[in-house]
Parts: sequence; C-alpha cells; structure tokens
Amino acid sequence: MTEIVALEALAARVAPGQSLAIPVDSSGVAMAATAALLEAGIRDLRLICVPISGLQADLLIGAGAIASLETSAVSLGEAGGAPRFTAGVKSGAFTLRDSTCPAIYAGLLAAQKGVPFMPIAGIIGSDLLGVRPDWQVIDSPVGEARKVVVVPAISPDVALFHAPEADRAGNVRIGRHRELANLAYAAKRTLVTVERIVDRNLLESEDSAAGVLPSLYVDAIAIAARGAWPLALWDEYPADEAEIARYAAMARSEEGFRAYLSTFLSHRKQVA
Amino acid sequence: MSSERERREILIATIADLLDGISHVAVGASSPIPAAGAMLLRARNARDGKAPVRISILGSQQHNFFTNGGIELFDCAAQGRVDAFFLGGGQIDGQGNINLVGTGDYPRTGVRWPGSFGSAYLYHLIPRVILFREEHSPRVFVPKVDFVSARAITPEVRRRGGPYALLTNMALFDFDREAGGFALRSVHPPFTPADIRENTGFAYEEPEVVRETPRPDTATLALLRGRILDELAETYPAFARTMKQAA
Repeated sequence: MTEIVALEALAARVAPGQSLAIPVDSSGVAMAATAALLEAGIRDLRLICVPISGLQADLLIGAGAIASLETSAVSLGEAGGAPRFTAGVKSGAFTLRDSTCPAIYAGLLAAQKGVPFMPIAGIIGSDLLGVRPDWQVIDSPVGEARKVVVVPAISPDVALFHAPEADRAGNVRIGRHRELANLAYAAKRTLVTVERIVDRNLLESEDSAAGVLPSLYVDAIAIAARGAWPLALWDEYPADEAEIARYAAMARSEEGFRAYLSTFLSHRKQVA
Repeated sequence: MSSERERREILIATIADLLDGISHVAVGASSPIPAAGAMLLRARNARDGKAPVRISILGSQQHNFFTNGGIELFDCAAQGRVDAFFLGGGQIDGQGNINLVGTGDYPRTGVRWPGSFGSAYLYHLIPRVILFREEHSPRVFVPKVDFVSARAITPEVRRRGGPYALLTNMALFDFDREAGGFALRSVHPPFTPADIRENTGFAYEEPEVVRETPRPDTATLALLRGRILDELAETYPAFARTMKQAA
C-alpha cells in the first residue's frame, strides 16, 4: 500500500549511496523534497537525470550530495548554464556518466520490461560511445542486418517527483507526463510529493484514469504545497524566473551558492 | 550596424525559409529563435493557405501535442515523423560534427557545456537538421571538435538524418552530405565574405558571388512582431519580453 507520510519522513526514505532518478524540469520536480533531503544531510547519491536536469541537480551537486551523475545535460534553461555542475565537472567532484536523452529512456524501458539491455537507433559515430564503455555496438542478431547500439537497463533505487494531486489510495495524477510513469515502472521505489490529496478516486472515470499513475507503483506520498518552487508545475503555477535568475547569479561562486542554499532551505521551512 | 532586434529578425525569418516545405518541426530546450522561426512558418503557411505545420516545442504545454511523455519525440523521429530539428554546439567543425560537452580532455574539460541532450540520436534520424549558433567565431567554428556529441556523417551506418544548413549571426551555409562540408550561401548585412573567412576556423566552399541574406519583408515583420512574440511568450517569456521592449 502507498503510505501517506510527512515530507521529512518521505525524504528519510532516500539513503546515502542510493541511485536517485529525477525528471526534467517541465515534468514536475520535487524541490521541497530536495530541500528536505539536503536538510537531512544526504550524501553519495548516484543521481540519474531523466533525461536532463537543472536547478535540482545543481543544488544537489553544489551541496556535495552526489557521488555520480548520469545525465544528458544539466542547464538552467533561459537562466543559462548550471554553475555548480560546471564547477563540479572541472574539479572532478563526482563521477560523470554523460548520456543522450533517448538512451536514458531506453535504459528505463529495459528495466520496465525486465530485460538487461535495450537497442537504440542512432548514436554511432558519437564520442559518447567511447566514454560509456557500458554501451555497446552490436550486429543486430535478428531482422535487418545492421549495427545497433545497446544500452544497459537503468533501474534506479528511488524515483522522486512532484505532481498536482493524489487520491487517498495513492493514485497520482501525472497528466500526459508519461515519463513519470516510465520512471516509476523502472525504479525499485517511487516517492511522490503532491500539492494536495483529493477525496475522489482518480481511477473512477476513463478520462481521469488515463492521466494517472496507479498506486501499485507508488511507495510513499507527502504533501508539499508549491512543492516544485521555484520551478514550474504544469497546470498549477509557472516557474519563478526571478528566483532562478537569482540562483544562477549567486551560484557562480562557492560562497554565493552557500548563501543561496541557506536561504532556500529556510524559505522551504517557512512554507512547510 | 543593425540593431539587436533586426539581427534576431533576420535569423527568425531565415529559419522560417529554411523550414519551408516541412510538415513537422521539433524545437529543443532553450531555443527561442528557432522556435520563433518555426512559428513564423506556421503562421505564414496558415495566412497563405499552404499546408499546415506542426510544431513540437520541448518543455512547452501549449506548443506540444505529444501525449506519450518525453520519449515520444524520440520515437516519433525514429518513425520518420519529424522533418526538421535544430542543434547547436559549443564547437562545430567543418565536417558538421557538433560538440555540446566541452573543450579539452574529457571528462575534466576546461570549459564544460550542459551536455549532448538528444543530439547523438536525433542527428541520425531527422532529415533536415539546422545547425544554429549565434556566435560566429573561430573558437566555435573549429577544424575539429574536441568531443563529438553527434557525428554528421557515418558511412558505416545507413541514416536519413543529418545537417542541412548552418545559420549564425553572420552567415548562412548549406551542408553538402556527399562532400561532407559546408558551402557559404549568404551573408547577413552588414557583414562581408571577408568577415566570414576571418571568423570561421574551418574550410568551406565559397561561391564567386556571395548573396546578401534577405531582410524580412513588411508583412513578415508584422506577423513576427505581433502574433509570433505572443505565441513565444509561454515558453520563452524573457526572450519575448526583450523583443517586445525593443519594438
């Protein structure tokens, strides 16, 4: 059964050393839970960005919370480059596993289907193949004779995201953000924060059920109002551009980042 | 010297022209000018009663008809249902290879960029990839990229996708997939072919007479400054605001 817990209790379910999968900014990013993780002093995460990340990854990197990073990109979008990511790559602060977006989805798909790898089109000729020895180019064993890249299954220990609402049974509305379902199918555990818990059954009608991740895949839910702030949450609120720009400017230096982090954490506490 | 707004307007209108004839164009993250170019083509085709244009902007709610999550764009490209896309690069070389990762020795690159995004895959699968990079300088346009995020030509594997053109602040190049290199098509005012030679670090073909990139006409400008900026504001609020303020 899906448990409904407090935000701190949800964050406590992520242990140091685990692999943590997080979605792209537009999907619904659990920023309040990220603050709770940082507050709890999380360390040595193996972060997997599905398929890219921005502020969330940069905060975790800057706080020294990650040991390795698998991603297709880290960027603050219109606010520019991700400063702690850039600095961390230069100083070798974490093990870097550069990827390309569809390869991350393919890895999740392999885990979703319980197979060890997934073939994927393209990629041949890219230097990514050289820096990802776990990717292979094989001769297709069936069908048309051609070279094809295979990537290993990605089965994250924990998936974490934020959504508008869940019902009392733990069904979560994800709209058309099916990547959140792909994340949950592949992950060993899925933790979700929501704006609110609703009394109606989200599986009640076909219309509603089509946009829902069933509670089968959801281990724990916590309420976090404005839980994606300063990032956007679809259908709920836009990104706080000024705040993200403020982060981009402050995080250019280590001291600036520390100052930002401390205000960010205290702000989150006030909201909670 | 043309103003910042005129510079952007030429780029947007050129992109709309480069996309002519396509039916589905996808636009990646952080690409306001390509998105504006795609929207301009769509608006122009609608105005002129031409075939409708579908636009998928990654990360947009309004300009995105996908319902199967982040993977759908990539599946769609693999099925041959995406005609055009845009890629950039911290470095782009004369063979059309792009580097979105960084300079120097991997992994502790001297300069680090965000990462390869979907480039390694989409470059193989989308027929009309427009390389778009505003900065036109020898540090961007290099003889050989330090890291190949995505390779332009791979004779060892059959592919439908690859570079179609390269558009910069100064010029427009065509890409010749047979020859595996760029040819200068036109130069944006006020630049000259000599400026292009001076600022391009790779070799390219240059015709005897180099055209000037046409400025957008009045009707195009009216569409662009009105409807297009309004449409753009949902995904690229900061960019749309700056363009409006310049008006």
